[in-house]
Amino acid sequence: MARRRDTLPPTATAPLRAHAEVAIIGGGIVGLAIAYNLARLGCSDVVVLEGRHLAWGASGRNGGGVRQQWSTELNIRLMQESLEICRGFAQEIGTNIWMRQGGYLFLARTADELGKMDKAIALQNSCDVPTRRLDIGEANELVPELALTAFAGACYNPTDAIVFPWPFLWGYAQAAAKRGVEIHTFTPVTAIDGTSDGFALHTPKGVVRAARVVNAAGSWSPQVARLVGLTLPNWPARHEILSTEPLKPFLKPMVSVLDSGLYISQSLRGELVGGITVHEPADREVRLGSRLAFVEEMAHGLMEIMPRLGDLKIVRQWAGPYDMTPDGNPIVGEATDVPGFFLCCGFVGHGFMMAPVVARYYASHLTGGPTHPLFDKWRLGRFVDTATEREDMNIG
Amino acid sequence: MSKKIILCRCEDVTAEDVERAARTGFSDLEEIKRYTGFGTGPCQGKECLRGIAAAVARLTGKSESEIRPFTSRPPLVPTEIKFFAGTPRR
Repeated sequence: MARRRDTLPPTATAPLRAHAEVAIIGGGIVGLAIAYNLARLGCSDVVVLEGRHLAWGASGRNGGGVRQQWSTELNIRLMQESLEICRGFAQEIGTNIWMRQGGYLFLARTADELGKMDKAIALQNSCDVPTRRLDIGEANELVPELALTAFAGACYNPTDAIVFPWPFLWGYAQAAAKRGVEIHTFTPVTAIDGTSDGFALHTPKGVVRAARVVNAAGSWSPQVARLVGLTLPNWPARHEILSTEPLKPFLKPMVSVLDSGLYISQSLRGELVGGITVHEPADREVRLGSRLAFVEEMAHGLMEIMPRLGDLKIVRQWAGPYDMTPDGNPIVGEATDVPGFFLCCGFVGHGFMMAPVVARYYASHLTGGPTHPLFDKWRLGRFVDTATEREDMNIG
Repeated sequence: MSKKIILCRCEDVTAEDVERAARTGFSDLEEIKRYTGFGTGPCQGKECLRGIAAAVARLTGKSESEIRPFTSRPPLVPTEIKFFAGTPRR
């Protein structure tokens, strides 16, 4: 029997190439998905530079939610496409991402929340996302274990999904490497010089010259941008998450409480995985430590909505950084003040679910193919222009 | 007799899985944890970490003292949700 051969080059020790058409900074889902899509379009002269190991940042630390329930048409339509990419990922890339399409159930506590929910549902329905309002009885039919006396109503879209983030990342990394992309882990970029034909990126493994650079460093993207003298408006915020011992499958949808940001889902491995928002100072420090305050807040929140989980054991908690922006939307495209320096960051905790579709358009944009309205709506310059369209459904 | 050797009993990670991770180019336990899923089950690596570290040392030619353990995560032992919910709400 032929032995399966995986093809991530052993790049921790491999020498760095001297020149690349595109250098991508950040070995998370955004950087790796852009690299893969560039190579798919025939541009494989690409190097990915990751300061730690792949999946080190938010890409390796998130809950794997993939939903189409958003409050702006751009996000709804993008996430419809992203979900389709996820559904075809195993065929396209050859990696099982443990996808489970059990839907998302959002719980509203107040009439005000229900009003916003109805507006979002109407918009989602106009885009053919089959979200519907549920009263408490209907929500309980869907998840009998829920205790909903404190809630006013719910909404449910059966086509939302969860995936397992790690294999998703390995899939993109291996598919990119197979097509000639060089991925260098443990290779932080420490300085960037402008040159006559692009940039020179300094790393402990040497210098690589690149005509164009993509900053896909997530919560570390402001630090990377400073290397070219660019100030970005995004900032990191720690969000924590936990996992329980596995249970027999019982929880069909991801359940989320709008006011607290609590979310909980059951993975294909049987574990419950979830988080809740705990206040974090916006002081631009990336913090990844675990707090007792989080696990207590989460336990209180879970006991409110599903008291029978009391005897279930938590096996692990960890933290990841949300990459926050002033209007809750990402920052993409070329920085007008630094030609050739591209941004793909500021995903506010949803980079994982958005990367599959955004990376596809990004690669097209970089290679002169058809572009997309997101490059106008989410450009860096919007923060110094006028009022922007705000995304309200950022959760967790 | 089956040739399958289980190194992580919680997540059914085999010696072959760890060999494949090493062949693929991973030598850091944080990466191998994320690639194979070892150490993410109820024991959180308390049973398997040392055995897998030894296998990785053998496969990569590193000495065992060079192989760093992955970050340990709270709680120290699996703990009931109701225990944490029993504290006063902040």
